[in-house]
Amino acid sequence: MIDKTPAHPELAAFEVHGMTRSSFMLRGALAAGAVYGTAAVGPFVAQALATTGGGDAEILNFALTLEYLESAFYEVKGKQVGLSGQAKAYAQEFGMQESQHVAALTGAIKELGGTPVKKPTFVFPATNEKSFLALASVLENTGVGAYNGAGPSLKSKKLLEVAGAIVQVEARHAAAIDLLVDKSPTPNGGFDLPLTKKQVLAAAGPLIKS
Amino acid sequence: MSQDTEQQDPVAQPAGIVERLVRDDVDRKRFLKVVGGTSAAGFGAFVLAACGSSKSTTTASTTATTATTAQSGSGTGDVAILNYALTLEYLESQFYEKVIAARLFNGKVGAMLKDFGSQENEHVLALKGTVAKLGGTPVSKPRAKFPIENADQVAQLAYTVENLGASAYLGQAANIQSPEVLAAALSIHSVEARHASTLGTLVKKPVTPNGAFAVPADMSTVLAAVKPFLA
Repeated sequence: MIDKTPAHPELAAFEVHGMTRSSFMLRGALAAGAVYGTAAVGPFVAQALATTGGGDAEILNFALTLEYLESAFYEVKGKQVGLSGQAKAYAQEFGMQESQHVAALTGAIKELGGTPVKKPTFVFPATNEKSFLALASVLENTGVGAYNGAGPSLKSKKLLEVAGAIVQVEARHAAAIDLLVDKSPTPNGGFDLPLTKKQVLAAAGPLIKS
Repeated sequence: MSQDTEQQDPVAQPAGIVERLVRDDVDRKRFLKVVGGTSAAGFGAFVLAACGSSKSTTTASTTATTATTAQSGSGTGDVAILNYALTLEYLESQFYEKVIAARLFNGKVGAMLKDFGSQENEHVLALKGTVAKLGGTPVSKPRAKFPIENADQVAQLAYTVENLGASAYLGQAANIQSPEVLAAALSIHSVEARHASTLGTLVKKPVTPNGAFAVPADMSTVLAAVKPFLA
């Protein structure tokens, strides 16, 4: 028996300098742990909540575009570039998983009564294993930020679970790729940075041809 | 409703979870079934640890009690979920403290584990502060015990612990009421996943042990799994 009623629902709508009271309280809480740089979470949280965007179907379609991008990157570009060793193994494994994300999101959008976006065509500026992995790192880390940013806007709890199951895998990909290119597997420290739709488009947009 | 008499005082509940966990025995069969169901080889350490600490044959009623405890814990809202997460972060943080103190790793890996430890500590501080600001009482730090033997065994255990942490956060995402708390939990969740993946590369285990979709774990499953690590 889960009590869905917040302890003080009347406070939730109470605004403090443009922030809702609950958001204000959380900021205060995070600022209180300022030692170890914990205060940095405050802006991240505000940023995640600034991600507005249509209903669930629209959010999922945005995610679907990113998954199409990742899947094409690993499965098509990966073969063109000619990878070897661990890079090749990851590209095969991760590419297959991104395809599964595409299928799951397509199904979920249809279930919602929405129309899944068509697979775009992409252009990837990668010519060898090194530039391929560098781009893989950007794409996977952007994917993590995109899902983390959109998560709180999802109305359906069921879809939130699906998005959570996917973002965890994107984060695992990101860390594995980062380690391979000798970067930190936790580029944002203790708290991953949620990205707004605008920020995601700035990173991924140039790769979408049509 | 007569069932209501069985419910705990919601305020006292979060602190009670760990205490009852230590006291109550885990139903071994149920636990093995749950652990077996995840099909992750890394959980072997947990199976052994759990069997070692299971003193007597348990009954269905103790299992029910454990399950009820966890469920009514989540029933107290975001504060209970945050306190549950805080307990897990306290354990992770102490784990890394002990690992670092044992000086089993040096160089790049040693530095990385130190990073992970301080990130778990940041999670502790953030969760503790959030519980307090939401008007709740942060749970006290549980006393942890971890088998620290050698580098290989510790790395395997770290992989297991981080995978469990990631699945625990995933298991609570849909239960969180406040979008602010959810945003914070998500930003921690993917960091736990990064830790798990990194440790996977270290112990040559899958970085995505459940394939394309990570599997969530509910509160009673997670609490049963960490029970061997509570002193």
